[in-house]
Amino acid sequence: MTAAQVTLRGVTKVFPAAAGGNPVHALGPIDIEIRKGEFFAVVGPSGCGKSTLLELIAGLTAPTEGEIEFEGHAIGDNVPDGIGVVFQEDACFPWLNVIENIEFGLRRKAIDANEKSRQAKAVIEMMGLREFARSYPAQLSGGMRQRVCIARTIVAQPRLILLDEPFGALDQQTRLLMGDEMLRLWRQTGATVFLITHALDEAAMLADRIVVMSARPGRTIDLVETNWPRERDSRIVERENFGALTSRLWKTLREESLKTMGRTGNGA
Amino acid sequence: MSRLRLYQIAVVAGFILLLEALCLAGVIDKITMPAPHIILRDFVRMLLAGRYFDEIGKSLLNVLAAFAGAYLAGVIIGTVLHGHRTTRAILDPLFATYYAIPVFAFYPLFIVMFGLGDGPQVLIGFMLAIVAVIITTLNGLDRVPPVLKKTAQVNGLNALQTARHITLPFCAPYLLTAAKLALAYAFIGVIGSEFIMARSGMGYEISYAYTNFDNATMYPLILLILLLSIAANSLLSRWEKMLLARRGQG
Amino acid sequence: MQGPESMTLRNTIILIVGLFLVWELAYFVVGDVALRSPWQTIQFLGRLMQTDLFWLHLADSLKAFAVALAIAIVLGLLIGFALGLHRLSGEAMEPMLVALYSIPKITLYPIILLAFGIGISAKIAFGAIHGIIPVALFTLSAVRTTKPILIKTGRVMKLSPTVMVREILFPAAVPEIFTGIRVGFSLTLIGTVLGEMFAAQRGLGYLLMSAISLYNIDLIMSVTFLLVVLAAGVNMALLVVDRRLHHG
Repeated sequence: MTAAQVTLRGVTKVFPAAAGGNPVHALGPIDIEIRKGEFFAVVGPSGCGKSTLLELIAGLTAPTEGEIEFEGHAIGDNVPDGIGVVFQEDACFPWLNVIENIEFGLRRKAIDANEKSRQAKAVIEMMGLREFARSYPAQLSGGMRQRVCIARTIVAQPRLILLDEPFGALDQQTRLLMGDEMLRLWRQTGATVFLITHALDEAAMLADRIVVMSARPGRTIDLVETNWPRERDSRIVERENFGALTSRLWKTLREESLKTMGRTGNGA
Repeated sequence: MSRLRLYQIAVVAGFILLLEALCLAGVIDKITMPAPHIILRDFVRMLLAGRYFDEIGKSLLNVLAAFAGAYLAGVIIGTVLHGHRTTRAILDPLFATYYAIPVFAFYPLFIVMFGLGDGPQVLIGFMLAIVAVIITTLNGLDRVPPVLKKTAQVNGLNALQTARHITLPFCAPYLLTAAKLALAYAFIGVIGSEFIMARSGMGYEISYAYTNFDNATMYPLILLILLLSIAANSLLSRWEKMLLARRGQG
Repeated sequence: MQGPESMTLRNTIILIVGLFLVWELAYFVVGDVALRSPWQTIQFLGRLMQTDLFWLHLADSLKAFAVALAIAIVLGLLIGFALGLHRLSGEAMEPMLVALYSIPKITLYPIILLAFGIGISAKIAFGAIHGIIPVALFTLSAVRTTKPILIKTGRVMKLSPTVMVREILFPAAVPEIFTGIRVGFSLTLIGTVLGEMFAAQRGLGYLLMSAISLYNIDLIMSVTFLLVVLAAGVNMALLVVDRRLHHG
């Protein structure tokens, strides 16, 4: 059994009241264990706290109750070394071109400029961005820009990669291709991947294990093991148990989603 | 009252009190500027006595003329240009650079061409305002989503009906913005010209008062112009915000 | 990209030729009593630029403008940064700054003259108050609307505050700040010339007004032409830089 890389025990997150409102109990209590090297996905209805969960693991915010540990050390309010995050929104720096954006990911590494350039170029090759190395983000499509953000994250060789609905803004075909690319990168880098998505088929296709969250305040209500082989791609959707998998996820999720349908505001 | 309002009132009140203090202490001498309470007193006197009402009225009529001309011509030109891509592309550098040009520099030329009457001032106001209206109109028309035009087609609306039921209501906030800008520029153009060289109007009276060291006349008139322009701008802004808020764009 | 840029150049040339044609036509219709032709104006301007008097006036205008611009940029940046960083102040002061934008600032010129006396200081002050507001407003906006995602990215990369400001916040804000400076440039120029037209003893604006009292149509047209060309030319150059900073 592989070692746990991230553990959450009894974690809750309550946001203080905004002007004239009540405190928001966004998440928890929640217990999760993410194993080293696995592809782990989280699905849940809008507003269930998925993004809050990701920010807690990333160390961007601290839990109100409970403990979070990354590689045996407690995470408080600071981002641990060895974690990379890809957000849903476009995080490319518009004033740098593609290769400069990627080299920026190596900022904190104590290596010289030549080595930075070499490593950036290697990632550009790995992700097939060579043709666009000198282009600016404004000249690229949404999907390309997300790939640049992913490249910028993996160039620093993180041990844990957090993805917050990174393909949310893309069309279905691009998503499927990006999913394949993500699997390839996962195998090549050997990192642990933690993915948040609202797309059930995406989670079912990509992950080793999937956690289903309830409506707000988010708690885990199901944990599914897919038992897919490590060498997989989007053609896994042809397998028999794929349909059964997504049905199970939807059955659990459907009731929770209905609870959130009446509410307005942004998700997670 | 919200914190924001309180903050703003505090800033304005603080500024006036500061001026009052500096004047009373003699740091600002009487020749440069009388104390705010004196300016206020002279202001009220001027209004009550009905002095300069003719001049004020005249200036405002000129502003209105410049505004009306620029607004009508601007909206029409903007609408026509919107349909003619090449002409619009050629004129585009002009619009992009227009407000960098010192339009007032044309005032002497207009005086030579039309004599020292109302014409040159209204023309300057017109020139300043019209391009803002054209640009804003084009902007609004650009933003009509194609899906709305397709909806019109599907519902069998002809060109005139589409304009009336779809384009016009959609562009209403932009037409309001254009009016706000046109009024501000017309004001600046007309009053500014009266300052430089004119024989009547508010700007002229202030200029005259300045040359004659008549602070009791000059400052109230300046205050009046400031209040008028801020009031007009605020009213139109508020209306504009209301229209935009209804669309979730406020 | 080559395509669109050469198209813009072609359109600009067509526009300029068109404007000259309109001018020539106006001259044809109105005649020497009130206008001069483009060619006559350019010739006169050429002769004018050979006189010492012209350079004296030009130097005075440029000196006043340069100082006014420097003040407008520095103060505008400071105010813009302060208001942008302090949320409440920014939200409260922004509408007030916008309201100041719409008043005919020449109304304030007599007050400035009373305070500074007729001379270069008054011109500088007047030019500066025109330019401060756009610089401040654009800087305020640039600082305030830095995309939160960029700040989050900086935090995830564990950048220190200094590095955050230098490598993320500042480059992100530069394009918009530059637009503010470009607008401020033009408005300061207009303000300086306007001040000279109302009350000054030297400068291009003063030259323009003195031409009226002499009824010197050649002088009026040349100076107007020069001012328009200078203002438009510099603004177009700044626009090119502006577009490049916004990276397509």
